[in-house]
Amino acid sequence: MSYAGTNVQSPMQPNWEHFPHQADMGVRGIGLTKEAAFEGAALALTAVITNPAKVIPTQPVTVACEASDDELLFVDWLNVLVYEMATRKMLFSRFEVHINDHSLHATAWGEPVEVIRHRPAVEVKGATYTDLLVKQGQKGYWIAQCVVDV
Amino acid sequence: MDLSLLKQQSRFEWHIPPFGKMLVPGVIYANEMLIRDMDMKVYEQVTNVATLPGIVRASYAMPDAHWGYGFPIGGVAAFDPDVGGVVSAGGVGFDISCGVRALRTGLTVEELQPVKEQLAEALFHRIPAGVGSTGKVHLDRHEMDAMLAGGARWAVGKGFGLHEDLEFIEERGCMGGAKPECVSDYAKKRQQDEMGTLGSGNHYLEVQQVVQVFDREVASIFGFREGDLVVSIHCGSRGLGHQIGTEFLKRMAISAAGYHIDLPDRELACAPINSEVGQEYLGAMRAAVNCALANRQIVTHLVRQAFADLLPQATLSLLYDVSHNTCKVEEHVIDGTPVRLFVHRKGATRAFGPGHPDVPPSLQAVGQPVLIGGTMGTASYVLVGTKESMSLAFGSACHGAGRSMSRHQATRQWHGREVVRELAARGILIRSPSFRGVAEEAPGAYKDVSEVVDAADRAKLARKVARLEPLICVKG
Repeated sequence: MSYAGTNVQSPMQPNWEHFPHQADMGVRGIGLTKEAAFEGAALALTAVITNPAKVIPTQPVTVACEASDDELLFVDWLNVLVYEMATRKMLFSRFEVHINDHSLHATAWGEPVEVIRHRPAVEVKGATYTDLLVKQGQKGYWIAQCVVDV
Repeated sequence: MDLSLLKQQSRFEWHIPPFGKMLVPGVIYANEMLIRDMDMKVYEQVTNVATLPGIVRASYAMPDAHWGYGFPIGGVAAFDPDVGGVVSAGGVGFDISCGVRALRTGLTVEELQPVKEQLAEALFHRIPAGVGSTGKVHLDRHEMDAMLAGGARWAVGKGFGLHEDLEFIEERGCMGGAKPECVSDYAKKRQQDEMGTLGSGNHYLEVQQVVQVFDREVASIFGFREGDLVVSIHCGSRGLGHQIGTEFLKRMAISAAGYHIDLPDRELACAPINSEVGQEYLGAMRAAVNCALANRQIVTHLVRQAFADLLPQATLSLLYDVSHNTCKVEEHVIDGTPVRLFVHRKGATRAFGPGHPDVPPSLQAVGQPVLIGGTMGTASYVLVGTKESMSLAFGSACHGAGRSMSRHQATRQWHGREVVRELAARGILIRSPSFRGVAEEAPGAYKDVSEVVDAADRAKLARKVARLEPLICVKG
């Protein structure tokens, strides 16, 4: 793992990380709630492209999606962010997620891409069903993860 | 990969006999070393593809095969619609019709040297590349649909390139059966500012030198010789293709159970060819193929403009344009009978041999050029399709070097700035907005492209014609 980020809820625990895939990247969010895990994975998504610390969370964008189960909802969540990044030419670094059954409403804060400052390494084409997992572990922590195609 | 699981048929052909729910065998074309280096996930994915309804003959993996999504990258599979065959969004992938085109320049290395730095800068500034970049062509709704229906033909009609280019593009520059109405507004919006852009990741624009010719007769027909300069462009259908892939992957994953398709991996999402979702996907996917063809045509136009400023004597005629993430309807002979099949190539290049009606008339005697992209520090290859390939893997060959290392491993091992400096010392100029992006694409993160190409050649999937080495590389 070359990148991991810290959790505001528990500074000792990273709330996101990358895991390897031969051609692409795995993104994983970890949190005390499902929502926190989704938020962490979104940060991991940004970290595929650039260092999230370089992205100033000034501009809010609200998004929503629905799916028949948690895993499909998670892939939809990341794909909604991929779409917003692509069409708004933005990067995001702060997220607030609300999940009710299998309906998600969220706000993502970020700013327009600045190539010189953000030095984006790669764009994400989409979130995949590879290594897809949304579950609560034995210690109560939620994990949300999948591989993203770059 | 564990060799004990495979049955060796020849030095370059290995079989996985059917077991479990496999309907056909798996076939991997590679030498022993390449197979040993392949991840076990490739084995798993080849065998999973072999379980899909209507699959014909075998589930194939090319010598550059590596772990993909559902299908391995470097996977080939054909399906018969008359026996419940499927079309798979996972079998085409997110970057629909990603491909390579090569242009002869009519120039030699000596002519490039005085303006090499300026040309690198000109290409980097003229061709939008990387995250957040936008093209100069902005399409309204009407023009978007016209582009999706017309492909490179639309682009030429708009003044991007030459009419004679079309002859040397697969599908003559326009994929039939495209249905712009099957492409969502989301996908169209994602594309509206992305025409004529390179993208990022493994996509590139290179000025290359022909350093070695293996087959002088074919090279002469292809129109180049040792010392010539060639331009290669590797990109695809950009945001539109990615969005179509995303949307249909979900639709097919959800609808599969309703069609009684038992998916061993959700990423193998597919639907019967003769179903509503299958037909809608085909209409949208073909529109994305046209988007990719139009995109590479516009990039070609920008390349010609950059050369015109600095090297006005350059001719920049199109050698060929291949797509390596597609599903195409093709006629193949199965048990002595011609059958219409839906051939999926996921990270695999069409490699039709001499005499095939889809090969341009001027290349009929030898077969189609097969363009294999390498890395920014090694080499690319031009191969030619063979007659044997038609019966080996539905006229298919490898598409590139194939990654041997994850992006994380690569960034741990190399620093982009050093990679750029080392390559510059070898005479290769890299232009990229991101050093991390360069590190992730470091030459050492890929398999030995020469080994891959040799295996394809020895397996008779395609025959080597020439080796090209980069002099300038623009990365997104």
